[in-house]
Amino acid sequence: MKPGPFIYTAPDSLEEALELLDEHGGEAKPLAGGQSLMPLLNMRFAQPAVLVDLNPVPGLDGIVQRDAQLEIGATVRQASFGASPLVREHIPAAATAVPHIGHFVTRNRGTVGGSLAHADARGELPLALVALEGSVRVASHRNGERMVSADELFVTHFTTSLSDEELLVSSIWPIADNDWHFAFEEFAQRHGDYALGMVCVGIRVSNGHVSDARVAVSAVTDRPVCLDDAGAALIGHAAVPDAAREAGAMAATAVDPHSDLHATARYRRHLTGALVERACLVVFEAAS
Amino acid sequence: MQIRVEVNGLRIEETVSSRLLLSDFLRHQLKLTGTHVGCEHGVCGSCTVTVDGAAVRSCLMLAVQVDQAKLSTVESLAPGPQLHPLQEEFRKAHALQCGFCTPGILMASLDFLGRFPEPTREEITEMLSGHLCRCTGYIPIVNAIERAAPRLRTSP
Repeated sequence: MKPGPFIYTAPDSLEEALELLDEHGGEAKPLAGGQSLMPLLNMRFAQPAVLVDLNPVPGLDGIVQRDAQLEIGATVRQASFGASPLVREHIPAAATAVPHIGHFVTRNRGTVGGSLAHADARGELPLALVALEGSVRVASHRNGERMVSADELFVTHFTTSLSDEELLVSSIWPIADNDWHFAFEEFAQRHGDYALGMVCVGIRVSNGHVSDARVAVSAVTDRPVCLDDAGAALIGHAAVPDAAREAGAMAATAVDPHSDLHATARYRRHLTGALVERACLVVFEAAS
Repeated sequence: MQIRVEVNGLRIEETVSSRLLLSDFLRHQLKLTGTHVGCEHGVCGSCTVTVDGAAVRSCLMLAVQVDQAKLSTVESLAPGPQLHPLQEEFRKAHALQCGFCTPGILMASLDFLGRFPEPTREEITEMLSGHLCRCTGYIPIVNAIERAAPRLRTSP
């Protein structure tokens, strides 16, 4: 349970980090908080030749509000993200997702950018970013910067659309207007375990009626996805329990989860519906 | 690689291999064996120490990453014969039996109570989800942390 040999690099600047990734390509791996990568190294599931430690890189740990969005640097710790007054005020759905990520101690070290780039289908922050229709800023030595929407970022479990020499430098979280309300719900057998199901529901309510809605789920899918039919089922309806139940039922039919040691597919499907219904009720309550 | 680090108030300079885990650096190189190593992949929590005040899993950090940092291990809690209030409450509440998980829980609790000085039992339980204890059933540990909280609010 010790990492295999690697060359450790601690770049002083973003440019130097990008040069290292460009030079070593698929042989290099960026190291942020290490709460997923270090176990993989210890168990030798991953044996990169070069580790590019992002922790010493200046300028990657900022939380900045720009117009109607928050930009979160790649190495902002999950604990700082969840405790940030800007995050709590402007993107409360993301803040409420944070306590579900791992444990108190792992959130001290784990980063927002690392969670997104790791793209675990059971990750809370990838789901929140998809539900909030966010994006990420990506940089590479050769091609400069580009923006990638959350929808295009997550390809499947543990896989993003970024290439080996690209680095996720920040995530952009749009601030929804005051008519929007969000709720994040998940179920795991023990707190901090990988979730069996997780949902993030956003609803825009005007005059007691739903005018817009997003129902996003993950852990029961191979990546976080918005279930358009379940969202559409809410639009035009009064914000009442019947509508929540209907959206839950639509969500349960829309997913095709797997069975394993921890739960059957049937259970996961039922759980998805229950979580969506619960999240809708939380949102309706907040909106009333 | 050369690192300079402050461990339990002592400034030291050491040469480490880049793939040396912080937990192994503490135990094997510095002989600070109070930090225990259980799972070595961040699940059990027994190797928890504080780095610049924040509780972290020392098996999920490299020794080279603590260059210029300030570390505290369980050895720092009671440098003399007088136990730290947290340790005292653990003893009084029978919050340990074999003691393997205890160093990690103590160091995590120190950071936790610093940031949440008046935690509810539920919040303590949630914090403890990151620490595996196979002896106690956790209730005595929750009791100990709950009783230590007011003592830490008055004494640093």
